[in-house]
Amino acid sequence: MKTSKTARCLSVLYMFLLLFMTTGCADKYLVLNPKGPIGEQQKDLMILSTLLCLIVIVPVLILTFVIVWRYRDRKGRKAKYTPEWEHSTALETTWWGIPVVIITLIAIITVRYTYSLEPSKPLESKVEPITIQVTNLDWKWLFQYPEQGIATVNYVQFPEDVPIRFEITSDAPMNSFWIPQLGGQIYAMSGMAMVLHLQADEQGEYMGSGANYTGKGFADMYFTAKATSQEAFDQWVSEVKGTSAALTLDGYKKLAEQGTSDVRYFSSFPEGLFEMTVTKYAASHNHGLSVKARKEVRIEE
Amino acid sequence: MWDKVKEFASEFFVTGDPLIYGADVSIALTLIAIVSVLTYYKKWGWLWREWLTTVDHKRIGIMYILASVLMLFRGGVDALLMRAQLAMPELQFLPAEHYNQIFTTHGVIMILFMAMPLMFGLFNVIVPLQLGARDVAFPFLNSLSFWLFFSGAMLFNLSFVIGGSPDAGWLAYPPYSDKTFNPGYGQDFYIWGIQISGIGSLMTGINFIVTILKMRTPGMTLMKMPMFSWSVLSSCIAIVFAFPILTVTLALLFIDRYLGGHIFTLDGGGNPMMYINLIWMWGHPEVYILVLPAFGIFSEIAATFSKKKLFGYKSMVFAMMIISVVSFLTWAHHFFTMGSGADVNAFFALSTMVIAIPTGVKVFNWLFTMFRGKVTFETPMLWMIGIIPNFVIGGMTGVLLSVAPADFQYHNSYFLIAHFHQVIIAGVVFGFFAGLYYWWPKLFGFKLNERLGRLAFWLWNIGFYLCFMPQYALGLMGMTRRVYTYGWDKGWFEMNLVSTIGAVLMGAAFIVQVWDIAHSLKKMDREGTQDPWNARTLEWSIPSPAPFYNFATLPQVTHQDDWWEKKQRGWSAPAVELEPIHMPKNSGIPIIMSMFWFFSGFGLVFDWLWLTVPGFVGVLACMIVHSFNYKPDYYVPVEEVQRVEAAARRGSK
Repeated sequence: MKTSKTARCLSVLYMFLLLFMTTGCADKYLVLNPKGPIGEQQKDLMILSTLLCLIVIVPVLILTFVIVWRYRDRKGRKAKYTPEWEHSTALETTWWGIPVVIITLIAIITVRYTYSLEPSKPLESKVEPITIQVTNLDWKWLFQYPEQGIATVNYVQFPEDVPIRFEITSDAPMNSFWIPQLGGQIYAMSGMAMVLHLQADEQGEYMGSGANYTGKGFADMYFTAKATSQEAFDQWVSEVKGTSAALTLDGYKKLAEQGTSDVRYFSSFPEGLFEMTVTKYAASHNHGLSVKARKEVRIEE
Repeated sequence: MWDKVKEFASEFFVTGDPLIYGADVSIALTLIAIVSVLTYYKKWGWLWREWLTTVDHKRIGIMYILASVLMLFRGGVDALLMRAQLAMPELQFLPAEHYNQIFTTHGVIMILFMAMPLMFGLFNVIVPLQLGARDVAFPFLNSLSFWLFFSGAMLFNLSFVIGGSPDAGWLAYPPYSDKTFNPGYGQDFYIWGIQISGIGSLMTGINFIVTILKMRTPGMTLMKMPMFSWSVLSSCIAIVFAFPILTVTLALLFIDRYLGGHIFTLDGGGNPMMYINLIWMWGHPEVYILVLPAFGIFSEIAATFSKKKLFGYKSMVFAMMIISVVSFLTWAHHFFTMGSGADVNAFFALSTMVIAIPTGVKVFNWLFTMFRGKVTFETPMLWMIGIIPNFVIGGMTGVLLSVAPADFQYHNSYFLIAHFHQVIIAGVVFGFFAGLYYWWPKLFGFKLNERLGRLAFWLWNIGFYLCFMPQYALGLMGMTRRVYTYGWDKGWFEMNLVSTIGAVLMGAAFIVQVWDIAHSLKKMDREGTQDPWNARTLEWSIPSPAPFYNFATLPQVTHQDDWWEKKQRGWSAPAVELEPIHMPKNSGIPIIMSMFWFFSGFGLVFDWLWLTVPGFVGVLACMIVHSFNYKPDYYVPVEEVQRVEAAARRGSK
């Protein structure tokens, strides 16, 4: 059976190799090719934790191969056979101890980054953040720009090097808002506004998607996130303001009906629409919405 | 009138899909075939007496295993359908709604109706034999557990052709699974299929704890008990605490759907996050419930096929007990991205990492069992050796996922899918396969074919790597789970195609295994089936298949691995006077009560109280009838024991 053991390990290695060789462009690995500070830190964390794990895993894999090879039963075998030996304090200490040390290391790093990468924590920046309100609908994403007064569907644009404060809610079953090349996701839930801070350090078009199943049209929940220069962004905003139709409350209600949508632009939206969406379902919980804001909103039916 | 019937039928039966019409036809044909064969050979009485009313743990175990293999087929077909749909971008082989139903049923079937019953089957056939006992502590309850499982599984499977399958994912998150977004019958079939089956699981958990604690043969202290039985104990302790959570959570969802509650709805003050917490408080222990017995199987196989004592017995027991307890403290790692905040996420990240430590320790203990042993490569050992690198890598990606801030990039992507399939397939499924190959001669009294076993092993393993390794890459490329298709522009095509090829190989492997069983059944190689592996524990000290009372005289145990020790000492059974053996009587109540449960569940799905109420009344009636059964047992006379012993020993020398 010796061939099978070698063939076994070799085929595993080969498959890993094949995996990386057949991928063509490494750019496709969005998560490993971050374009913003959050994604960068998350990637570093992934690589660090992988390396720490490999400290234990690689010896285990090698040990498996060596032990099975050396102690296989065959004629003329020279290896020792000790059928009653079943305890060694030294060995037990080692293989309880080393994993404990490695896990402790990973744990310390994890706790640190859990706090520093907490999505609702604002990014450190000399620049004022831009706020974009996101509403998950069946089956499209609605973006509202409270400071600029415009709205879009399935398309979001923002300037590079500027922190973005996404406020995310849902007027449909629970989804998750994800732009892999900028950073991690956060759930979009009814009755609350989750806050996610991201930033793009490079201009470009990035894939955005829904990441929690919401039914028939879930596979259509992709959107484009585009980072441009500040000037290009300002120009785009005024273009949208000048040329697009307004989003009325009726228009929103139609948008909220089940169905997919093309990319759309709106030159304005009803005031307090986002807050109304959030508070519509918020009977007992009020994440992310201040008491003052709730008082200011007139709730339509 | 005719219009009303047509309208009803179009709601009641699933219409418009050729695949489903095909299923309708094959179900009908199969039922007709079964009924015809049984009638022609006049086997109805035999079926009733020997199988449908049995309380014999070995027979119940075999029924569990048979059911799980059928469910493996259905869940596997679901998987192949999904992989076919995803093989290339923008295929329309399965439109979104069908795909969504298929991934839902795939998950429910594989975990609850394939892995759980396969596990319970192995518990049933082996644990009493390992303990030197004649049956489990509560044989009637054991039978009831099986028939409740069967009832629930049938109810769930029926939704494919009647009413429509659920499509909210295997855990049915609200608000999508609530009545507003999911008004159809499928979600109700889900609730009742799992609820009824879950009662059976809870009963099994209780049954085996008591069996293990109270029914070990004289001399077998807990620290002399085989490791598989320890793993069953640790798993059952988790079952007893976890399954009530599932029952309550599904009951709450039922209240929303049936009684108009707003516990988890979008509106009316509902809080879907509560459901997610509750369902994972069950869901996480559930996967450890499944994997712990697999660990036990690895321990048995490593020791037997290295001809050496299991390394670190005490350490292994301690590790399993710790895993069983800590598994209840990790549930929130399934939703780090739900925004619980850094404090909560940090706690659960830590608790999840902590569990990796005892798990890793077990791997070292298996390796050092083989160290300085005499390792041979029969099929069960081949599986074990293949599992080690596979499960270890899966465990590693689990640790990566537990790094909460990084998980925000992994969550709900194909990276996650690859991880959990790796630990479930390489750990649980392959582990149970290894157990089946190992104990097959004991269960059935004939051997399987080594060559076909090796072929299946290679096909399963190569297929597994080809299918799931690309999925890690797909996750890092940004592909999320539960999408029925994807665009050409995403760059996900190549990896998906490779993954589909891997899935096909695994399907081929399953066919090889079925062929192996059919071929070996025909060949009936009975030679040396009592102890074909020269093994170490008590189940190998009796003939194969075991006589219905298991042990003619209860073994007196003095060591760990007592059977091996006895063989080393050249022990032979002393001439002991046989005594009449106390055994439980068969009963028809479990299958009848489960049938009433089936009617209740079906009635609740369609809101037919005329079926539901009689169903519950029937369940109650069965309980009352059974409680007045004052003679559930009998004694096997000595002459019969002698006769059976003689015949059994002739058979499996």
